[in-house]
Amino acid sequence: MKKPFSSTNSYIASSQLVEAVNASTLLEKPLLVKGEPGTGKTRLAEEISVSFKTNLISWHIKSTTKAQQGLYEYDAVSRLRDSQLGSEKVHDIKNYIKKGVLWKAFSSKNKPVLLIDEIDKADIEFPNDLLQELDKMEFFVYETGETVVANQRPIVIITSNNEKDLPDAFLRRCFFHYINFPDEKTLTDIVKVHYPNIKKNLLNYALNSFLNIRETPGLKKKPSTSELIDWLKLLLADDLNSEDLLKNKNNLLPPLYGALLKNEADVEIFQKIAFMTRREN
Amino acid sequence: MFLKLFYSLKVSGVPVTIREYLDMLRGLYYGLCKNNNIEDFYNFARLSLVKDEKHYDRFDLAFKSFYERNINFFTELKKKIPQEWINNELKKLFSEEMKNKIKNDKDWKEVLKEFEKIFSEQKKKHSGGNKWIGTGGTSMFGNSGYNPKGIRVGGVSKNRSAVKVWDKREFKNLDDQVSLNTRNIKVALKRLRKFARQGSEIEFDMDNTISFTSKNGGVLDVRFRAERKNKVRVLLFIDIGGSMDEHAKISEEIFSAVNSEFKSLDFFYFHNCIYENVWIDNRRRNSNLRSTDDILRQFKKDTKVIIIGDASMSPYEIVYPGGSLEHWNEKPGSYWIEKIVNNFNKVIWLNPEKKENWEYSQSTKMLKELSNHLMFELNISGIESGMKELAK
Repeated sequence: MKKPFSSTNSYIASSQLVEAVNASTLLEKPLLVKGEPGTGKTRLAEEISVSFKTNLISWHIKSTTKAQQGLYEYDAVSRLRDSQLGSEKVHDIKNYIKKGVLWKAFSSKNKPVLLIDEIDKADIEFPNDLLQELDKMEFFVYETGETVVANQRPIVIITSNNEKDLPDAFLRRCFFHYINFPDEKTLTDIVKVHYPNIKKNLLNYALNSFLNIRETPGLKKKPSTSELIDWLKLLLADDLNSEDLLKNKNNLLPPLYGALLKNEADVEIFQKIAFMTRREN
Repeated sequence: MFLKLFYSLKVSGVPVTIREYLDMLRGLYYGLCKNNNIEDFYNFARLSLVKDEKHYDRFDLAFKSFYERNINFFTELKKKIPQEWINNELKKLFSEEMKNKIKNDKDWKEVLKEFEKIFSEQKKKHSGGNKWIGTGGTSMFGNSGYNPKGIRVGGVSKNRSAVKVWDKREFKNLDDQVSLNTRNIKVALKRLRKFARQGSEIEFDMDNTISFTSKNGGVLDVRFRAERKNKVRVLLFIDIGGSMDEHAKISEEIFSAVNSEFKSLDFFYFHNCIYENVWIDNRRRNSNLRSTDDILRQFKKDTKVIIIGDASMSPYEIVYPGGSLEHWNEKPGSYWIEKIVNNFNKVIWLNPEKKENWEYSQSTKMLKELSNHLMFELNISGIESGMKELAK
């Protein structure tokens, strides 16, 4: 067995997540990851591929994506066109079969990481169409009559933003992990991974205001970890030092708040509540 | 013995099946919890058995009772296994030198470290050697078996920290039995979107391609059909005023959630029961009336109709002409409700009142019957089942 997956220099994973990844790799089951936006669901697959030194094959799902596209596509139209133009290619049907993501993953030489990103974006029947393929790791190509079998079962990571419920039959075939929002300590670790040289008081200030905003009741969209990272990038780019930040105390909103609050109504709510708490003090 | 956990999960309403249970056992068999602390087992059991974060809280509770009911059993085992087993192993494993060291009580920790190392190496070869520990037990009892920390040294109780994990119950507000709050509203909104996005696709138009190609003298002329648009129309009736005041906020939130989700959404207000007129703007309710008949004519049969109201009123307001509080109605409310229900394919009623209170209110029972029993509680799971009904 290869070295198990763990947090890296660039990615902090909770022990539960690490265990989830290792368990699903060992038992060769797809791992379904859910969680608030910006908690690093997609990054996880990238990090696994880096950590296992293997290639990452991603399949980003859109509302129009069909399960068949992940297997292969038969381009009948261009074959018809070629037949009219008298091209030689037309005699072999294989020339018109385009490999899909799953096919590529199945035929990969080393055990790849297959990321099926945001599976909930697709049509509600989409996961059901993939049951057999993910279970047996093989599928049949009707046009050529061949069966594509995986060289080795890829490590399958599936992310979902919870926009649609996934069918039970699909869920039964997966392991499920919900990435909880990181606590303050983990958050500090995450920030340090991204900005190792950040000054301590800036970090404290930023984390405090960030958590403050997240705790504001009634926000339409809570800022996520990735937004915190972006915001810090802005703060660092502006080179705000602690004095500037202290001066800013008279201000209700943190500087460059646009990176965190992305909704007019949210800004208003936050301002109101900040004003009220200040008056109470 | 894990079956107890399995059944208590089933009883508490987490949808677990045998397949998941077998997966968990397979994981244990492969030695997944070989670090042997209960927290690992908790994590792994959750990973393999639970498939939705809204069930995490119920899992925590079930795990807690499972753990507490069995804790005596565990401690009993902890006492039993290691005593005989480890003592024998100690004799085998420790060299004379080490034994002396133990006697002298020097570097006790180091010895133990060594012991742990040797022992964990030993264990791999030993799989199945002691069946009790080899199979089902590895995760939990094995822990106490060979992990010296677990027995007496240092006194760090790993179990305690684990207990906290499920005692924290951090996933409580993801449970869908909890009524709506701002966070949950968003989830509810997603349920609505699910059925609003039905069937949008870009498709190759085979029929037209064939006919155009033949018209073209056999030269290929590919045709595509326009993307199918979301055709779901939603009609919303909201009860306003009176006993609905306490539910005003929640209806408002639901309404704003619905509003941003549908391309075609029309909403009308009523008070207590729907009669011959409803109104569009609640602030101008007298000047802005729309006749219910008009609405029935205007909207197609396949419009999805949602009525939000607490359905608590005097039964007279439903069954008698003139029962309305605000005006003289020629026909009783039941007539209008029936008319709406019969006119559209799908009508559901969302009731902010708690379900267990419904049977105490005569009017609620009547309206529930009138709406073909498609009355759902206005919480996440109620909305979800309501949407399923609408999407059928």
